[in-house]
Amino acid sequence: MTTEAVLPADLETALPTTLFRFATAGSVDDGKSTLVGRLLHDSKAILADQLDAVARTSADRGFGGEKGGIDLALLTDGLRAEREQGITIDVAYRYFATDQRSFILADCPGHVQYTKNTVTGASTADAVVVLIDARKGVLEQTRRHLSVLQLLRVAHVIVAVNKIDLVDFSESVFRDIEADVQQVGRELGLGSDGISDLLVIPVSALDGDNVVERSERTPWYTGPALLEVLETLPAADELESHLESFRFPVQLVIRPQGALAPDAVAAGLDVEAYRDYRAYAGQITEGSVKVGDQVSVLTPGQSPRTTTVVGIDFAGASLEEAAAPQSVAIRLADEFDVARGDTIAAAGTVREASADLYAALCWLSPKPLREGQKVLVKHGTRTVQAMVRSVSGKLDLATFKLEGASNLELNDIGHAQLRLAAPLPLENYLHHRRTGAFLVIDPLDGNTLAAGLVKDHPGDHEDERYSI
Amino acid sequence: MSTSLTEETQVTDAAVSTRLSSLDTLESEAIHIIREVVAEFEKPALLFSGGKDSVVMLHLATKAFWPGKVPFPVLHVDTGHNFPEVIDFRDRTVERLGLKLVVGSVQEFIDRGELAERADGTRNPLQTVPLLDAIQQNKFDAVFGGGRRDEDKARAKERILSLRDEFGQWDPRNQRPELWNLYNGRHTVGQHVRAFPISNWTELDIWRYIERENIELPGLYYAHEREVFARDGMWRAVGEVSQPREGEQVITKTVRYRTVGDMSCTGAVESNAYTVSDVVVEVAASTLTERGATRADDRISEAAMEDRKKDGYF
Repeated sequence: MTTEAVLPADLETALPTTLFRFATAGSVDDGKSTLVGRLLHDSKAILADQLDAVARTSADRGFGGEKGGIDLALLTDGLRAEREQGITIDVAYRYFATDQRSFILADCPGHVQYTKNTVTGASTADAVVVLIDARKGVLEQTRRHLSVLQLLRVAHVIVAVNKIDLVDFSESVFRDIEADVQQVGRELGLGSDGISDLLVIPVSALDGDNVVERSERTPWYTGPALLEVLETLPAADELESHLESFRFPVQLVIRPQGALAPDAVAAGLDVEAYRDYRAYAGQITEGSVKVGDQVSVLTPGQSPRTTTVVGIDFAGASLEEAAAPQSVAIRLADEFDVARGDTIAAAGTVREASADLYAALCWLSPKPLREGQKVLVKHGTRTVQAMVRSVSGKLDLATFKLEGASNLELNDIGHAQLRLAAPLPLENYLHHRRTGAFLVIDPLDGNTLAAGLVKDHPGDHEDERYSI
Repeated sequence: MSTSLTEETQVTDAAVSTRLSSLDTLESEAIHIIREVVAEFEKPALLFSGGKDSVVMLHLATKAFWPGKVPFPVLHVDTGHNFPEVIDFRDRTVERLGLKLVVGSVQEFIDRGELAERADGTRNPLQTVPLLDAIQQNKFDAVFGGGRRDEDKARAKERILSLRDEFGQWDPRNQRPELWNLYNGRHTVGQHVRAFPISNWTELDIWRYIERENIELPGLYYAHEREVFARDGMWRAVGEVSQPREGEQVITKTVRYRTVGDMSCTGAVESNAYTVSDVVVEVAASTLTERGATRADDRISEAAMEDRKKDGYF
């Protein structure tokens, strides 16, 4: 895919607004908070009272010198400590909307714990905007960010080359950086793996060039502004629901046994017909399902049981089909014993459950990981005990090479093998963003230790691109 | 609505769209979170004030467990300064859904001398103590709240499942990372978790959803005539606990409330939005945030909400 942003042809579709989640990542001082502030400000998401407060604080601090002006970064720093120290500490969520879309923006701080914050923001993002300072170009931290995004399989990566005004809107500076980004993309497989795409846009967050409106000061750039790109890229679920097979982790069983909702009864629900109602509630994590589909029920320690979907219910409506990420309740033809933690999947599409887990772990805790440690693994709706058998290496995010390591520390990404107390229906994260993801939890205090991405077992056919 | 399970052919016409609307996506996410909490916690409860966000929360809960009953009680912290019509709405809703209502009373704490009335008469910040007491007395290990990240800068940093220590405190600098749609609600004895399933909704999403789902709200969310006086740049209702001071002139205006809280600190806005669709239009065009427009307690300082939340507030 080309690196200069190109819009899809058929973007004029007058449908209800859709939801798009994106994250921003950047290094210190590359103007990320300013960019976020600019997007919010220019898309009119900032209301008068918020703007007044920011203007007062900007003036108090003498922002912009005699010219005045407002410090857009103040719009995003929410905690007292952040305002006092002038830094962003934690991921903050922001909301704005255009006629086409509602946006959820995860603003991820760049300097402290960037891996933790980037992994967190990217795990739910349809797109991630990475900022580069046009005066500095691709830095080691840019390589780290792109590496994490490739690992997390983010569908759309947008590199915003910021402060283009400070290099006199120079095309050659932009083209050099663009070529460097492209080179890093090639090394990582980002943008050329059929999963992700990689776009590069010249912007000035401070002045607004190519943020919401295309800029006349970059005539050599013919692509869309950042917001246009965000408005038109397909969300990850839109891209995937037709490609992936149906997966449905059961959250709980809805079985009222006569304890029907009084408001539903008052509205005319047939009490007799619902006396033996039994349905499995959950959110479709991947793919889609239709009434009449053959499905397998996967229960750890048992062979898959195959049956037919006879109903898809949602709050009194019977659906013919449903797709990720819908929350529904599914009824099956056979009265199996199905419980929380089981998975309902399209028949014949799931490998055997395994108690051996090979994974990439993004270590998010100050407590380091050591071999032999006992942890909990939360996968879908099931949590099992596990033991860390071995750590096979740590990723150098700048060179994308695996180095020898026997433990993992905060912000490290490494490879490990775990032994699970019960087999889980694990799938390679590369192809299954949801069923290939898990949490590692500390059994002592319950804190989240790591984000886990399932890898194929060594010896299985492994995708080359994933072998970093 | 299909009411018979035997007629499998009765399906809705709506084919699956690969593009769910943003409201459908938000609804699906909220229902997933509500079900996760019910499945993983011993004793959840839902904070229900009769305000629009908690009404939407309860509506989502009824959808999550249909055709079964909502499987948890609702908890209200009554400041003693609530609008009577909101208390009436609360009681009717609880009755209609067959729910158990637990009330924590600020007034009782004041009467027992365990809380002191503030000099400014505002009772919103006083809700924390009765809230934590009710959580402890009833051994609730998870409490659903209708907090939204777009409401306030401190709320923007809040997790969907947010751990509270033995003292009910929030530690914003030491929160668990929240990844994918895998929520970690593990806690030790004495700790509890606040769950915010509508974290990602905006005020406009709430109103569009109320319109789409035809959800009933207390009448004061819509334009009505009321005796008011001006204070702190807001219209304050004349009531038992909210009396004009000398020099504050009482006039009759057509107003509505954007937030419904304690009468002592919630202001009305001038409005001609008589119906839910009027309100959607008004909110979409508003140039002030809902808290900025109507909440005296959030104007105290830039970090008013953060400070209250750290102490265990909603």
